[in-house]
Amino acid sequence: MIEVHNIQKSFNGNPVLKGITCTFETGKCNLLLGGSGTGKSVLLQCIVGLMKPDLGSITFDGLVFTNNKVDIKQEIRRKIGMLFQGGALFDSMTVFENTEFPLKMLTPEMSKEERRDRVEFCLKRVGLENAGTKMPSEISGGMKKRVGIARAIAPNCTYLFCDEPNSGLDPATSIKIDELIYEITHEYGITTVVITHDMNSVVEIGDHIIYLHKGQKLWDGNKDEILNTTVPELKEFIFSSSLVRAAKKVDEETEGGLAAATSDEAINI
Amino acid sequence: MVKTFGEFLIFMQSMLVRKERLAVLWQRMLDEAILIGIDSVFIVSIVSAFIGAVTCVQIAYNLINPLIPKSTIGFMVREMTILELAPTITSIVLAGKVGSSIAGGLGTMRITEQVDALEVMGINSASYLVLPKIVAAMLMFPLLVILAMVLSILGGYLAGTLSGAMSAQEYVEGIRTDFVPYNIVFALIKSVVFAFLVSAISSYKGYYTKGGALEVGAASTGAVTNSIIAILLADYVLAAVLL
Repeated sequence: MIEVHNIQKSFNGNPVLKGITCTFETGKCNLLLGGSGTGKSVLLQCIVGLMKPDLGSITFDGLVFTNNKVDIKQEIRRKIGMLFQGGALFDSMTVFENTEFPLKMLTPEMSKEERRDRVEFCLKRVGLENAGTKMPSEISGGMKKRVGIARAIAPNCTYLFCDEPNSGLDPATSIKIDELIYEITHEYGITTVVITHDMNSVVEIGDHIIYLHKGQKLWDGNKDEILNTTVPELKEFIFSSSLVRAAKKVDEETEGGLAAATSDEAINI
Repeated sequence: MVKTFGEFLIFMQSMLVRKERLAVLWQRMLDEAILIGIDSVFIVSIVSAFIGAVTCVQIAYNLINPLIPKSTIGFMVREMTILELAPTITSIVLAGKVGSSIAGGLGTMRITEQVDALEVMGINSASYLVLPKIVAAMLMFPLLVILAMVLSILGGYLAGTLSGAMSAQEYVEGIRTDFVPYNIVFALIKSVVFAFLVSAISSYKGYYTKGGALEVGAASTGAVTNSIIAILLADYVLAAVLL
């Protein structure tokens, strides 16, 4: 479990995070939902240690991360896997080498054969067993995201962070990436935090959703509760999605519920 | 300027804390040595051979007094090459080739979040990415400077003898006259200092790149410009202190 307490962050006197307190639950897909410029990425960067918050604390399973000793921070960081928006694969390495990299760096006690087996397992898990020899420049955006996931889970991470995993992907590939993140989270019981502004992801994988608006947490709940929210800003955000508007319409007409949102009828509307 | 220098010192210090395992850094250093050293042999060879040749021809053109022996041409080529041209011009050429490559590479890694990916894994990105570059540069620059010295003197020999400005014997006699071995040591000290300046300044420029492709280009340009200025300043200081 990751606990975020009263995180504040400003840039040049302009507050971006205004005292956010929230919890990311273990074994669940925790979604950080919000429009552009609401502070989702800044919050994520504070949590993984790429940015130092002005105030507040972050704990990983009881271990305080902010303002702690370097050794403890390192111990926590080595349990973190992260999928970056663009994949952030190392250009000079093949897909296999990219996936092997954290194992080489973080687990020197592993033999070459053990590393190879682990990498092959991870690549197979994300459906890229035949792409090991390819360079990042030779694979598609969706494949890069898959390699990013494989690299993140290779050292048996406890916490998985995904920064807009669907950005730049077509809807079908987005759904596949979402499914992969969801499956991996539940398969390994890891704490996953996904930044998104995509309502499809909310419907697909939102075990626990935190809605940010203008640097503040306005709402949290799950995917079944979100459509019935009474928070006006969240309502406006949700129903700006044509898919959700369509789903709501179908819901009202047929009482088909959220499941109807993914029906062909709803999509066609 | 003071702030930038302070940031540069903090950056240098950050490379030396939380270092990766020696085996990892050694392998990285070897990779960088190939990029910095082996891949620069061609350009250094071409530049130094022609500089030696041009120096020889121009000295011969100016030395028309029959009282000055022609072996002086060889002597002057050697002195200029060892003391100044080989270490300084080679380092300026390498500032262009290696400096821009280091700044561009690190800048691209920064804007594509590859540096962040290393940090999130708990790897000290400055130590992993930059330290091997600086060590490799400090090892390879002196070797390239020695190569430049040899080829420059050889270039002078070929230009002098083929153009008929002097005989081979006169040139060889000139390059053996009043040889001071300390000058070689001085040139190698200069090359190590220049290597540090080029690699460290370029790494700093690249590592702190913000923005997009345009800023990566600007970082490369800034790296080359600042490296060359630093080389020239250090050249003067070292000459004043060590000679």
